[in-house]
Amino acid sequence: MEKKTPLYDVYGKYGGKIISFGGYLLPVQFKGIMEEHMAVRTAVGLFDVSHMGEITCRGKDALAFLNRVLTNDYTSLKTGSARYSPMCNDKGGIVDDLIVYKVADEDYFIVVNAATKDKDYAWMQAHVHGDCRLADVSDQYIQLALQGPKAEDVLRRLLPDEAIPKKPYTAKFHVDLQGTDTVVSRTGYTGEDGFELYFAVPDAEKVWNLLLETGRPYGIQPCGLGARDTLRMEAAMPLYGQEMSDDITPLEAGLDRFVKLTKPDFIGKAALVAAGEPQRVRVGLKVTGRGIVREHMDVWAAGKLVGHTTSGTYCPYVKRPIAMALVDRDHAAAGTPLEVDVRGRRVAVETEPLPFYTRKK
Amino acid sequence: MAYATDRKYTKTHEWVKTEGGTAAVGITDYAQEQLGALVFVNLPMEGDSVTAGEPLGDVESVKAVSDIISPVTGTVAAINETLLDHPERVNSDPDEAWFIKVSDVTDTDELLDAAAYEAFVEEEKAKEQ
Repeated sequence: MEKKTPLYDVYGKYGGKIISFGGYLLPVQFKGIMEEHMAVRTAVGLFDVSHMGEITCRGKDALAFLNRVLTNDYTSLKTGSARYSPMCNDKGGIVDDLIVYKVADEDYFIVVNAATKDKDYAWMQAHVHGDCRLADVSDQYIQLALQGPKAEDVLRRLLPDEAIPKKPYTAKFHVDLQGTDTVVSRTGYTGEDGFELYFAVPDAEKVWNLLLETGRPYGIQPCGLGARDTLRMEAAMPLYGQEMSDDITPLEAGLDRFVKLTKPDFIGKAALVAAGEPQRVRVGLKVTGRGIVREHMDVWAAGKLVGHTTSGTYCPYVKRPIAMALVDRDHAAAGTPLEVDVRGRRVAVETEPLPFYTRKK
Repeated sequence: MAYATDRKYTKTHEWVKTEGGTAAVGITDYAQEQLGALVFVNLPMEGDSVTAGEPLGDVESVKAVSDIISPVTGTVAAINETLLDHPERVNSDPDEAWFIKVSDVTDTDELLDAAAYEAFVEEEKAKEQ
């Protein structure tokens, strides 16, 4: 039985086309992936991402737990800030990638992927020591993402200045959003400025409508998973199950800066250190031939299989087909000509530095 | 939406229009609407043979790739090269945006006239609800 988010019944009103993703029935698009993608790059888009999982982590030993179970270092994380991290298994493969918010001392809020939530929770529970209490609160929270250069303008019509987090990866807790107790976080998965809002389920439709209504003069567009995927791809943000998996290490995935090998220890460290310099790396692919390269296609160099693609499509803002791939390091240098097997047809590509799109500040 | 009566249709949402000894093949307005904005069209080469009921090529939107099923068996006499650079023409004018023209047609798939196709599309839409 697939789950529905509390906003499921609202999708139809906006022309949402529904697909199954991560065990949930979710809208892949409303008006169209192209229009939604461009709205986020040039104005503002609203996504229901309530399928994401939320886990609270509290207690005297919560910080030690995070530093042990995650590859990033949380020691310096300040209250009101968030930090991204991969979570590794003993072999250095990625269990999931997630964001941890520090709500207060000994009080953290963790956001994980939908499809991996139960696996993550079991993995975390198995590594809890001392005074550290985890709770899966996913079913209590709505998560909306308000993304795009006009996202702040929309929020400013609803919230006072002090309720708006100013820096990326900071958050305000217990913000009164027209009567709804909300976490306002300056984060996102689009490569654009924007916010993610967390609040209790009963207010789902009220807040969704409020944001769409307030955003109307700014050209707000309800957005689905299709645009979420093309947006994150242009920005070269990795997706679990594609750029990351239990068999791909964060160093292979190009997430080095979130892996603190200087920490005394963390799960997966020994394996990552033993493996040394990764033999395959994540690269961008420019499609120089004709075709659309998608995920899980073989990558060839002069008759030799050298890797596989992890994501790829035609991206609406850069207006060209792009892809990411995991390839042997010998073939990773920017400008290396390669070929991708697109359903039996060889399409010429060339490695290209990531990301494909960077927001102008 | 009224479907043009100068051609026949398939249940896989292609159209075929016979004119001057060749059969032009395209996809219907309903098909392009279901696929969304097209970003790539992959066509066979002139001289290739196509078989009724088998893919003749494919079209890609941002999200997915979909086969185009040939309504006829024959030889590819011409391809619409404009679509290779402008796949969006399929969205803007599906009735004019032919993919290939087929000569020496020896067989056809089950074809519907405009009224029967329209009724079929209505059924499909009802299933979606």
